[in-house]
Amino acid sequence: MTKLHRLGRKFLGLSLALGLSATASAQMTINGAGATFPYPIYSKWFDEYAKVDPSVRFNYQSIGSGGGQKQITAQTVDFGASDGPMSDENLTKAPAKILHIPTVAGADVVAYNLPGNPALKLDADTIAAIFLGQVKKWNDPKIAALNPGTNFPDQEIVVVHRSDGSGTTYIWTDYLSKVSPVWKQKVGTNTSVNWPTGLGGKGNEGVAGQVKQTPGALGYVELIYAIQNKMPYAQVKNSAGNFVKPSVESITAAMATAQVPDDFRFSMTNAPGNDSYPIAGATWLLIYEQQKDATKGKKLVEFLKWALTKGEEMAKQLDYAPLPAELRARVLKRVDEIKM
Amino acid sequence: MPMAITPETLPARSTIDRMAPPSGVGDKVFRWLTLAIALAVVVLVFLVGWQLARGSSLAIQKFGFRFLSTSTWDPVAEQFGALPFIYGTAVSSLIALIIAVPLSIATAVYLTELAPRWIRQPIVSLIEMLAAIPSVILGLWGIFVMIPWLREHPFPLLKKVLGWTPLFSGPIYGVSMLAGGIIIAVMILPIITSVSREILRSVPNLQREAAYALGATRWEVTRIAVLSYAKRGLFGAVILGLGRALGETMAVTMVIGNTPQIRSSLFAPGYTLASVIANEFTEATTDVYLQALFEIGLVLFGITILANLLAQLLLKTMGSSLTTPAVQGA
Repeated sequence: MTKLHRLGRKFLGLSLALGLSATASAQMTINGAGATFPYPIYSKWFDEYAKVDPSVRFNYQSIGSGGGQKQITAQTVDFGASDGPMSDENLTKAPAKILHIPTVAGADVVAYNLPGNPALKLDADTIAAIFLGQVKKWNDPKIAALNPGTNFPDQEIVVVHRSDGSGTTYIWTDYLSKVSPVWKQKVGTNTSVNWPTGLGGKGNEGVAGQVKQTPGALGYVELIYAIQNKMPYAQVKNSAGNFVKPSVESITAAMATAQVPDDFRFSMTNAPGNDSYPIAGATWLLIYEQQKDATKGKKLVEFLKWALTKGEEMAKQLDYAPLPAELRARVLKRVDEIKM
Repeated sequence: MPMAITPETLPARSTIDRMAPPSGVGDKVFRWLTLAIALAVVVLVFLVGWQLARGSSLAIQKFGFRFLSTSTWDPVAEQFGALPFIYGTAVSSLIALIIAVPLSIATAVYLTELAPRWIRQPIVSLIEMLAAIPSVILGLWGIFVMIPWLREHPFPLLKKVLGWTPLFSGPIYGVSMLAGGIIIAVMILPIITSVSREILRSVPNLQREAAYALGATRWEVTRIAVLSYAKRGLFGAVILGLGRALGETMAVTMVIGNTPQIRSSLFAPGYTLASVIANEFTEATTDVYLQALFEIGLVLFGITILANLLAQLLLKTMGSSLTTPAVQGA
């Protein structure tokens, strides 16, 4: 190849690269960061939304809820995402008012490993006792009383919990704190806690792996993960006294009966209602009420409206629970109040 | 031995004439440049330490030395003590070294001293491949293959034989301090083996020949002429391995059980400094919590530096004890 030839190729490459970057800059990029739990549905939304409005591109980094809260507070991203609502203390650190926009919800299920995997029913009291290390064996009278007709082995319950900080743990400990005063006082609610008993597995896959392989194990994983990996999971008695199987429907039912304040920082664990699954929680987008960049803010609001209508319809196929209609209307109204 | 300088070894006269007269500028630039690069490494280490200390100032103030001596890790009550993590890092690394060092050095000896030529390259390549396996893959392998196997076979056997010692008592879950140590051993095997092999290869053949000439057997040659000659280098290889062991994160997290407790039994789950950072950093929302995790990083940083300093000291004392003529002659 001659030198001139090579030079020509270089120029071609350069002009191509310049051309590409020119088209990229004509597109607006909206940056977000935060929770990992809703990452699959958010990426689906961003993909689909690119077809609706090709002029915006979303860049979402699933760095965890803690990171999401930090980044939105530091204003390094246009929106944050979190599996738990921000605390009052953290909200005061933000330079302006941050809105919580609930998007979808998920649930924690109790996965277990017993010979033959018989159906299992549990109530709040028993779950708390198991995780406090008070109920230690499968043939404990508490478990037997909830499951008449099933013979449980004289085997140790190997409790498995998440070791990484996660929204899943937040929901789990929030539920236990609500139903058990002892838990509330001794352990409390957080993305990771000081566990009284059990082994820690990293991520849903870590917990699931340990439950699947350890005879007599019991742990909590996200509903989506349990469904996709065909794990057996327990029915849980809700506050109305019914045993409910976790499902997208029973989560949405719980959200419909949960008390939702006007700032949408709500907890939906142990929600009232006949069909509500009690161990569930929502995930939020975090957005400044006063948008600094008007054009970006406008695009972001347009996206939110789309996500809360069209986007919500996609939730079910990915095993996320959509918001109930009434709550959706309230959230949409709030989105309209975002100022540019 | 350096080659003697004879007229034949010098470049031809005409070449010297064509070369520029030595100005020394190039040498100076070279010297300052390399100095700057070397200093950059030192500065980097200090910056990392300073940044970690700054990031954890609040936690250091709040907990003081209690941070190193207490065992409660409670993000809800914001009480943080790092002792179980320090213990876990130390014990799991120690287990890893106990397993990996003899294996690695034996492998290196076999490869340099005993193996037939055709078998060397395939084994070396395989070991290097082991080093290329990403940590998280090893972790998954650990959860799904190693742990079930350990729980079914070696662990019950250990319990049966050595169950009377506190080290191998208590219930067997599979995930445990021992499993963590084993997975670290797998990860540091390649580096210790490769470095040891290079060191053994650099042992001059004269050493071996001298020992043979004295009538030594193969084992004696290896022990006296090769291993003791290469002692310092091998020690360095072990320290490199230890450095990696202290910081191994992902694979360890997946098999160690992640329970901040201090138990004498190696079958009990544990936790390491690196693991708790990886596990909890992303979701830590309060300042003190985040700073406590930073302080964990600072402690790990300190331990790594301390381990290296100790190693240097040990090397020094080792150096003075090496007074065999064979070594001095080298």
